[in-house]
Amino acid sequence: MTGQIGMPQAGSGRTAGPDGDALLHVTGLVRHFPVTRGVVFRQKVGAVRAVDGIDLSVAKGQTLGLVGESGCGKTTTGRLLTRLDEPTGGRIVIDGYDVTHLRPGQMRPLRREIQMIFQDPYSSLNPRHTVGAIVGAPFRLQKIRPPGGIKRSVQELLELVGLSPEHYNRYPHEFSGGQRQRIGIARTLALRPKLIVADEPVSALDVSIQAQVINLLEDLQDELGLTYVVIAHDLSVVRHISDHVAVMYLGKLVELASRDQLYARPRHPYTVALMSAVPVPEPVRSADGKRERRQRIRLAGDPPSPLNPPPACRFHTRCWKARDICRTEEPALAEVVPGHQVACHFPENTAQDPAASGDRRPA
Amino acid sequence: MALLEVRDLRIHFPTDDGLVKSVDGVSFSLERGRTLGIVGESGSGKSVTSLGIMGLHHGTKARITGEIRLDGEELAHADPARVRELRGAKMAMIFQDPLSSLHPFYKVGDQIAEAYRIHHRKATGKQARQRAIDMLARVGIPQPAVRVADYPHQFSGGMRQRVMIAMALCNDPELLIADEPTTALDVTVQAQILDLISELQAEFGSAVIIITHDLGVVAQIADDILVMYAGRPAEYGAAADIFDRPGHPYTWGLLASMPRLDRERQSRLVPIPGTPPSLIRVPPGCPFHPRCRYTGATGGRCQTEVPVLSEPMTPGHAAACHLTVAQRAREWAALSAGQVPPGAGEPDNREPVPQGGVET
Repeated sequence: MTGQIGMPQAGSGRTAGPDGDALLHVTGLVRHFPVTRGVVFRQKVGAVRAVDGIDLSVAKGQTLGLVGESGCGKTTTGRLLTRLDEPTGGRIVIDGYDVTHLRPGQMRPLRREIQMIFQDPYSSLNPRHTVGAIVGAPFRLQKIRPPGGIKRSVQELLELVGLSPEHYNRYPHEFSGGQRQRIGIARTLALRPKLIVADEPVSALDVSIQAQVINLLEDLQDELGLTYVVIAHDLSVVRHISDHVAVMYLGKLVELASRDQLYARPRHPYTVALMSAVPVPEPVRSADGKRERRQRIRLAGDPPSPLNPPPACRFHTRCWKARDICRTEEPALAEVVPGHQVACHFPENTAQDPAASGDRRPA
Repeated sequence: MALLEVRDLRIHFPTDDGLVKSVDGVSFSLERGRTLGIVGESGSGKSVTSLGIMGLHHGTKARITGEIRLDGEELAHADPARVRELRGAKMAMIFQDPLSSLHPFYKVGDQIAEAYRIHHRKATGKQARQRAIDMLARVGIPQPAVRVADYPHQFSGGMRQRVMIAMALCNDPELLIADEPTTALDVTVQAQILDLISELQAEFGSAVIIITHDLGVVAQIADDILVMYAGRPAEYGAAADIFDRPGHPYTWGLLASMPRLDRERQSRLVPIPGTPPSLIRVPPGCPFHPRCRYTGATGGRCQTEVPVLSEPMTPGHAAACHLTVAQRAREWAALSAGQVPPGAGEPDNREPVPQGGVET
């Protein structure tokens, strides 16, 4: 039944994309939020450099995971990709359309193709609307009459995400967190988008429910050929769901690789530190069975403010490998092996690196 | 004697919709210098248990039965004034969200000094301020003599949680309860805070209860683990035993449903089917039975008989489950060998009608 949901055809007039099968293509994306002072005479005194020049592309039917700590700009990136916010610079091409500076009215027809899944299933559903109204809203907003009617389509969508069509007249408060997230996903799928940006889709859910929603997202991708950008801070979830992974730090991409390459051999010291900090559900014991502390790279301090990021390599203030060049010259995101890009002067896990096999601990 | 003894604790809340049995028969004990991890999903009763120990249900409609003994002194039915004397002095708590736990209008130093002076009436303002500076230094805040005069908004999330820890420890409590202390923090900062808690525990010799939904966090920090489900204990034992030989299908489900960085990537996760039950209408028998894949093996006892934490699998390690010890060992061996549990192959995203919903 899933293939029969009344699907509107998106607007025509598409031109060929810049490169073959990439559905999403981003170059030099920048978003600075001005910091102003004064009420009458507003002076710009600085800028929060939330996203500061990132390049990405995602192929059709693939999943890109975007990871990083809070404040690294990953959510801003998601909002730019869905054009909920306008970039300060750079270019976003989705399925051949340049959407970088489209006005809201021009953007509206494209909203059918790009949708978003939000983190918090409690605040992203209107408590006064029934499930039917929530999931049917995209049809009404886009003035689309699906064959068989809106109600019928909504019920099919509910079934598609594992809810029952009888839930049509219920309200969000009658559902648990995982079920609400399914309602949000049903709404996202209503117009059969091509690209879905999911901002922390499971982090508000309980562990036992997370797996259900992750499996659902994967099933839907297989069934409907969706392309995902999944924004998350949980490296284990990102590994599970992504084909490619981009690691962000303070508004920049520091590493971009296929999932297997990244997790088998992380190259950027920040990625290495992040991975070693993930708590693993397995106590560490020495040979005689005593508990031990897991070997872990402890990063000192907190990420610096994006208002005033460190010069050159932005990670040098917390990096145990930093040398003079890291403070003076910004490393470019460059390919170290095919398909694996890293922005570091002294990447880890490379043959040339003397520290690769031996001491990885901070000095 | 154990520092903290909890016996058959029940905390129920009467509401218009019915009696909410948030905690229903929890027992554990905790020695000085040890860490107990309480693990469970939202609504499992882990936070309500800890608030009960701290006496923070006073003034609500909570009905508390059972025993809470701190250093031999019964607290569950003690005079609220006495509990207030102990709270902050002998037992202290750290909460999940450091921003909403600190007062935004007061300097952090003043907030720590206040906590100190409440229990040290004779201390002068100067002494209290010095104590605040010492504690900030102790929890690793750089330039404590300067930062003591800063407001909470001037600190980052990790630094605020350090301030909370400084405040909790300023009276050298013997029992520290940390309720999801790292959930709001980034992984690199989480690692710092967990290390700090273990270091301070080693230094002060206090007992720590850490409440979390993250099995990774308890694996790292806890000596003993209590797994809770729907207000009841599901499994209790030493951390090593619970991770090596978990004995409850719920614990298996939790371990199997997590994507893990330390293992090969699975092509598909094995979730626990269904959703946690409403605490007003807890299923009869084992509260986990509607979501359990092993109810066929017990001849219907799961649906009718409430399992208790008995029949230790190894000394000190028990699970509230009707499966026999041999059955559990067999099923866990099969699961850890990578076999898919019965029924997990079917599509699991077809869910029943919500249980806790309002009937219309």
